[in-house]
Amino acid sequence: MIEAPSPEAGLAPALPRGQALWRGLRANPLLAVGAVTAAAIIVVAVAAPLLAPFPGDAGSATHPFQVLRPPSARHLFGTDQVGRDVFSRVLYGARISPLVAVIVLVIACVIGIPLGVAAGYFGGWVDEVIMRVTDVFLAFPSLLLALALAAVLPTSLTSLTIAIAVTWWPWYTRLIRGQAASVAGRAYIDSCRVLGIRPWRIILRHVLPNSVTPLIVQVSLDVGGVILTASALSFLGLGAQDPTPDWGLMVAEGQNYFTTDWWVATFPGIAILVTAFAFNLIGDGLRDLMDPKRSLLL
Amino acid sequence: MTPGSVRLAISGLEVRFGSRPVVQIDEFTLGEAEIVGLAGESGSGKSMTTLAILGLAHTVGATVSGSIRLDGTELTTLSQRDLRDRRGRQIAAIFQSPASAFSPVFKVGRVVLGALRLHGMSKAEAAEAAARAMRQVLLPPDLLDRYPGQLSGGQLQRVAIALALALQAEVLLADEPTSALDVTVQAEVLDLLRGLREREGMSVLLISHDLAVVAEVCDRVGVMRAGRIVEQGPAGRVLSAPQHPYTIELLAAVPRIAAAPQHETAQDDATQDGTTQDGTTLDGTAQGEAARARPAPNGLAG
Amino acid sequence: MTPLLEIDGLSVRFGPVRAVDGVSLELASGPFGLGLVGESGSGKTTIGRAVLRLARISSGQIRFEGTDVTSLRGRALQGYRRDAQIVFQDPDNSLDPRMRIGTSLREALAAHHVVPRGQSAEHARGLLAEVGLDPDFASRYPHQLSGGQRQRVAIARALSVQPRLLVLDEPTSALDVRAQARVLGLIARLRSERKLSYLLITHNFAIVSELCEQTAVLYLGRIAESGPTGALLESPAHPYTQALRSAVPEVDRLARRTRVVLPGDPPDAASPPPGCVFHPRCPLAIDRCRTEVPRLRAVAPGRLAACHRAGEVLAGTAAGIQPAAGLPPPEVPPLGLPPLGSLS
Repeated sequence: MIEAPSPEAGLAPALPRGQALWRGLRANPLLAVGAVTAAAIIVVAVAAPLLAPFPGDAGSATHPFQVLRPPSARHLFGTDQVGRDVFSRVLYGARISPLVAVIVLVIACVIGIPLGVAAGYFGGWVDEVIMRVTDVFLAFPSLLLALALAAVLPTSLTSLTIAIAVTWWPWYTRLIRGQAASVAGRAYIDSCRVLGIRPWRIILRHVLPNSVTPLIVQVSLDVGGVILTASALSFLGLGAQDPTPDWGLMVAEGQNYFTTDWWVATFPGIAILVTAFAFNLIGDGLRDLMDPKRSLLL
Repeated sequence: MTPGSVRLAISGLEVRFGSRPVVQIDEFTLGEAEIVGLAGESGSGKSMTTLAILGLAHTVGATVSGSIRLDGTELTTLSQRDLRDRRGRQIAAIFQSPASAFSPVFKVGRVVLGALRLHGMSKAEAAEAAARAMRQVLLPPDLLDRYPGQLSGGQLQRVAIALALALQAEVLLADEPTSALDVTVQAEVLDLLRGLREREGMSVLLISHDLAVVAEVCDRVGVMRAGRIVEQGPAGRVLSAPQHPYTIELLAAVPRIAAAPQHETAQDDATQDGTTQDGTTLDGTAQGEAARARPAPNGLAG
Repeated sequence: MTPLLEIDGLSVRFGPVRAVDGVSLELASGPFGLGLVGESGSGKTTIGRAVLRLARISSGQIRFEGTDVTSLRGRALQGYRRDAQIVFQDPDNSLDPRMRIGTSLREALAAHHVVPRGQSAEHARGLLAEVGLDPDFASRYPHQLSGGQRQRVAIARALSVQPRLLVLDEPTSALDVRAQARVLGLIARLRSERKLSYLLITHNFAIVSELCEQTAVLYLGRIAESGPTGALLESPAHPYTQALRSAVPEVDRLARRTRVVLPGDPPDAASPPPGCVFHPRCPLAIDRCRTEVPRLRAVAPGRLAACHRAGEVLAGTAAGIQPAAGLPPPEVPPLGLPPLGSLS
């Protein structure tokens, strides 16, 4: 077997991490765009009370005489069906939808990754048990399962978050299990075993970092997916309740008026789009950054 | 060595990635009924040369300039379509991975017959030609009915050669055809190549990193390094009385079945692998600070 | 004196496939080299893996300094991990691509507290120098090194815990000619400097001839013959060894031998032929070979062979070996699926 030519063999040594990261950001403008956008969203979320012209509209205020006004200088995004300023609500929404998505995905990862890695690394009955449990969860259409769970739990955003998280983790288990199994079969893992390195250390320092990359991309793509799922459930009355300025709920509510008063659904929709897109870019960029072979560390 | 007409003539060939040249060959020929070897280490440019000859260099993003003439026709200026006509028919190729020619979901016969029909044969003609070619490579024709996974590496390589024969290609490019095969199977495939030269008058360009393989079957050999041919000539001469320091170094590095203490290459580099101390020549005797100790013949008793 | 390593009647089965079938071998303490030569399906890699407990043993024993290796647990097992190490064939996968070289080495050192924490970085650099690499490579990633350099790092990592026994599984098959020579030279040097004992698994006779006092030739999970390397290569006692030897291409034309052609392909490991497993392809097969399994027995001092006609082969009087040219096309074996996965 011929080794592939290694033109980088013997080039300048790798940089320390900080410099490498900065170099990576500069070399990868899309990642920078994603990161900046995500940062902006966080800033908006934190500073919403300061930035919103009509903070009250994010709460229970209603203005029956300003119903469904098109975008104007006063109401940048127009007003909704009960007269609330859409712009202010969108700004406040940055506190909710992305946060829900992040929490859901964190929970899904915390449950899904260890299970998947364990299944992939240990194989045998551990793998069987974990994967069959995972299969049971995956057998249900996730939306229905989330719906069922949300219906059982007291109606609130928290319940919604938990319900979606419970349906989300199995995908990650399955995804990472395949990677982990593939990594576990590689010579360097055997080498670690023969060197007497403990299993937990092998998993944590070798299997996990080498398995997790596809998951990172998937998680970033899922930000938009979770927001949409949450909005569907909110629409059905199982999550955020009016007057909470949840973007998904706003889109759902604004649907009815879409043909005549497009702004009610469109601006929250754009907010979802921008958020999901920003996280996608981050995910792609992170994957590139984390792959030592893509020479971003040179 | 048979003089005869020249089948493949390379002249002033340059293959580059952007501005970086990876192959620079001034002069290289492959004659009728001849097996010529291109030997070298990885990164020497041998595989890129193969791609360039087949007109496939652009698929990896490289550009080709210079002249490659196949039976008088200049290949570098041909359109992809004209090249396609010639590929297979006039010039065939087999590669290191025996399975590379065959998709795992099709029976190998389908690939072989498909290729034959693509080049204009009727169904009956193709079947006939395929069967005949299989017998030439010492395989029963009904192996064509199997899937690649049901054939061994050696058998697959032979089917690939059969395909070349059926198409009546006169020139065969063999890029590391036996590297992935067991020793005994390798010997059979090399025998087959020799047989093709004898019986069919086929010209074979054999690319290999294994100097012993080159020594076994090649009439002439070119030693490549960093894209250039540093030495070429009759295989017997080049491999037993090399003149270029690189060839000498390569030959010194080949492990031999020891009758006497072995020679050693240059002492282990403390710096980059691959750099040679230019001008250092190594002769065949045991020298150098890192001469390998020959293990004592009195081993474990009983 | 107890051998350093004893492999006693080892059998390893993967389902119906007998990858290793009743193999017994011994390694003396270093400096010493035992070569395991064979083609794919011979079981040589599985034996190496079994020694390091990477493959489950079906029957037989592996003893290191008299102690059964498979029975070790806990601290005793960790102790064995310091004594026996392995270097794999594939330089691309033998190091974690996400870990710097130095970190990989220090991890190995830390697993056994070979040196105090504070000194491990320096010690790692020393290891790199010992295998002939620039110590500054410690801060690089594996993909920044060539295949030969990666293989030397793998050797350094194996040596970091100061083993007495090293299993080298085709350590140079995937390397270029000069890199191969460097690694072989390194092995020879380490052998004498560290008094290593190694099991060198390869298909290359030249390598065992340079580095191994003893050699065993394997075919389909069994030993075909074994003995001192020089004698074995000079005058084989088994037809398979002869065929293998004659099939090896030689650079040196004067060293060429008359080719002994082995028809067909190796048999299906899941259902080996009756009698001698080699008989369907053996140019010297007689009736007895079809029915009676030849036992591995001494045919000369220090030489063992499993062949009914070993005596004749050894003496060079065996009639029936045809030269390469003029054989009829080989009989095609019946459709048998290739063995699952790689056996050797």
